[in-house]
Amino acid sequence: MTLPDKQYGPLTRTDFVRYQGASGDFNPIHHDEAFAKSAGFPTVFSVGMLQAGILASYCTDQFGADNVRRFKVQFREQVWPDDVLTCSGAVVKEYEADGERRVDLELTVTRQTGGVAIRGEATFAATGA
Amino acid sequence: MANKEAVGKQGPSFDMAVERGKIREFARATMSANPDYLADEHPPVPPTFLTTSSFWTPPEAAALWKEIDIDLRRLLHGEQEYVFPKGPPRAGTKLTAQSRVESIYEKEGKRGGTMTFVVTVTDFTDDAGELVAQARSTAIETGRPPA
Repeated sequence: MTLPDKQYGPLTRTDFVRYQGASGDFNPIHHDEAFAKSAGFPTVFSVGMLQAGILASYCTDQFGADNVRRFKVQFREQVWPDDVLTCSGAVVKEYEADGERRVDLELTVTRQTGGVAIRGEATFAATGA
Repeated sequence: MANKEAVGKQGPSFDMAVERGKIREFARATMSANPDYLADEHPPVPPTFLTTSSFWTPPEAAALWKEIDIDLRRLLHGEQEYVFPKGPPRAGTKLTAQSRVESIYEKEGKRGGTMTFVVTVTDFTDDAGELVAQARSTAIETGRPPA
């Protein structure tokens, strides 16, 4: 079963900073233009865990916040200011474990260029439906 | 090149209070408008929320990364996983967390240079000592600076 796609963004530098404040990761490469350029990057770029968190929100919106059992991401391409991200996914397995119905998901965060920012997988308890 | 002697080494154990306001802030920062997080008085944590345990780590925790001895300028976040055997903990829970180095291994990079993978695991237990959550993080030291 394919999940409906959802778009997030265009992402702003403010989105990066807001996530850094919330998460406690204050690496300047994500908000300090001069620092990012001195490290050889054209500008600041997003925190990997921000797009991971957006993908997690995509999942909990559909399966319920209480139902997460496992969530895993692999970071691929960097995400830049003004990027529009598309979260997509599919249920790849349905089964019974620990006395509950569960689904395994395969997930992707794709940039507007078609480049893959994140490959993810998750397990949720399937309540209802 | 990381110090493989660090495998099995543990960081200090520390407490982490799971708080409603922090969950709300984190849910908004990760673009969730889910009432499960925003309206519930004791909301569960979002799937990647335990990354905020960095606000609770004592200064001594840095010693574990000194022991691992990798070049922070060449460090990339490769993978991150969270497991919740019985579902995510809720606001009001007090967790005890402790990190350890699970493995260190090398792979040849596609663009030359050896990449070193460092896998660390953090266990989060409740007051009864039950495992509530586990975070597994893979850091990659690239053969040359990422730029």
